Amino acid sequence: MYVAVKGGERAIENAHRLLADERRGDRSVPELSLQQISEQLALAVDRVMSEGSLYDRELAALAVKQARGDLIEAIFLLRAFRATLPRLGTSEPVDTGVMRIRRRISATFKDLPGGQVLGPTFDYTHRLLEMADNEPAEPATSEAPAEPMPRVTDLLAADDLIEAAPSGEAPPGDLTREPLTFPAGRDVRLQNLTRGDEGFLLALGYSTQRGFGRTHPFAAEIRLGEVEVEFFAEDLGFAVPLGRITVTECQMVNQFKGSATNPPRFTRGYGLVFGHCERKAMSMALVDRALRARELDEEIKAPAQDEEFVLSHSDNVQATGFVEHLKLPHYVDFQAELGLVRRMRAEFDCERKSDLALREAAE
Amino acid sequence: MNAPAYNFAYLDEQTKRMIRRAILKAIAIPGYQVPFASREMPMPYGWGTGGVQVTAAILGPDDILKVIDQGSDDTTNAVSIRKFFAKTAGVRTTTRTSEASVIQTRHRIPEKALREGQILVFQVPIPEPLRFLEPRETETRRMHALADYGVMHVKLYEDIARHGHIATTYAYPVRVDGRYVMDPSPTPKFDNPKMHDCPALQLFGAGREKRIYAVPPHTRVVSLDFEDHPFERYRHDGTCALCGAADSFLDEVITDDRGGRMFVCSDTDYCEERRAPAARADAREDARG
Repeated sequence: MYVAVKGGERAIENAHRLLADERRGDRSVPELSLQQISEQLALAVDRVMSEGSLYDRELAALAVKQARGDLIEAIFLLRAFRATLPRLGTSEPVDTGVMRIRRRISATFKDLPGGQVLGPTFDYTHRLLEMADNEPAEPATSEAPAEPMPRVTDLLAADDLIEAAPSGEAPPGDLTREPLTFPAGRDVRLQNLTRGDEGFLLALGYSTQRGFGRTHPFAAEIRLGEVEVEFFAEDLGFAVPLGRITVTECQMVNQFKGSATNPPRFTRGYGLVFGHCERKAMSMALVDRALRARELDEEIKAPAQDEEFVLSHSDNVQATGFVEHLKLPHYVDFQAELGLVRRMRAEFDCERKSDLALREAAE
Repeated sequence: MNAPAYNFAYLDEQTKRMIRRAILKAIAIPGYQVPFASREMPMPYGWGTGGVQVTAAILGPDDILKVIDQGSDDTTNAVSIRKFFAKTAGVRTTTRTSEASVIQTRHRIPEKALREGQILVFQVPIPEPLRFLEPRETETRRMHALADYGVMHVKLYEDIARHGHIATTYAYPVRVDGRYVMDPSPTPKFDNPKMHDCPALQLFGAGREKRIYAVPPHTRVVSLDFEDHPFERYRHDGTCALCGAADSFLDEVITDDRGGRMFVCSDTDYCEERRAPAARADAREDARG
């Protein structure tokens, strides 16, 4: 007897075994260590931490390894683990103004307090494959700059040339605890964007540059470095440091606006991500600004300005799940559709036959 | 690195409490979609994360769990979810509909009538019955609030005008307790009448869309229709090739490349139970022979 649906259990077990074997690859090649991934595929680890919204390099490296380098799968693994962790509290807001800087550039001012610090960047490399794997030279070093590095937007704000940064009095929303509702506040929008898929945000940000919701952006500042995370301990009555994390921050300065009562000022778009994810931070800042269209009384006509469209489709774990679920069986739904098509077909044939009979009779 | 250590039925107690609150609200307002803070689960969205979260939140150590996909206990996804709870909760599992206290399902309602005390948990991909008529959540929530279901009736009417009958075969919309229009999840409309006045509690979980809704026991569930075009249950006109059932929903199985096919019960437990006496008789024959 033909019974196609049997044997699911053995099939799954064997598929898992085969997957584990393929993941390992040729066993004569040494296995990757988590340190190797964390040190030498650092940007992959950064992206996984950022979109997985969990800052743990070692777990992220493990996820990259387990996912065979499929970063969305790795993000998914990290998110699934994160979802099981108890929420003990919320840290104090981090202050990127006192960041220990590794890279800091501004596209709006040639020089500024603290200077431009190029840091580790692909920006000016020639994209030539380097076949010879030479041990790289030790990096050049210099004294850490003594002077503070104020944020460019703070410098503009001092002259009242840019809108004020929103004050953070109310506790920010958290869409991992509360479902998304529309219209969404900017806090929740930013959280959605920082967890959102890099490729999706890149394409949306790019579309605003090509006229679909234009915002006239300038990269006022991009900074990369370490910030201190502090937690306010009720029992102690003061904030205790938990450690340092690496973040990338991008502040875009956009199209100015004014009215009869308000002097013209630049507007802001903001991006902040874990680790070194510059492309993502910039895309996020572009999309954040585009999504402020309603608040700033701009006409909404492009996808990047459409809050519901952007926020509902930015999460790659959700997106990949629903797209790929089409692989699951849909026997019964299809059976129901098949039944309907057959019935409609029978009716169609029947009508045609009677039409023909009528015509013949008429002739 | 934090070594993973998981709670009973995977989810932490805080999360379970949040989901239970949503479930209670859903039961209090039959057919209303309650937003909840859905978590990432270790299986992908679209694989039943909503149903899995609901099951994880209601499961107790004494429960007996049955999981079906397309009516069958043995399809890969059903096997995987059943194993997940056997591993993370250590609960007893079964394939017998009558034995189970909690039944998680994708796309079917078991053929065997459910009884009081049982809970049927549906996996839901798109909880919003109006979604394909109005893509915006902001709009559809307003429509539900005002019970403004005109577009749905227009859609069904247009079907009739175009095809002579309603061309919705699964995920056929129902009205719950005379108030909310609800998506029964993509079950074939053959199953719709089973939802009406059902003694078991029916819970619906949509993980990616972050919604939970419910039909409490013995609730009025009416499939939308018109007086002159009443709701029709569809079933392939035939009998199961294995058990001979003439009343169950049938799956078509293609047996060769020359047009050969047969029809078998989509509900494997129903089919096996019907065949069991015959199988026992065969065994006796064999013993004698």
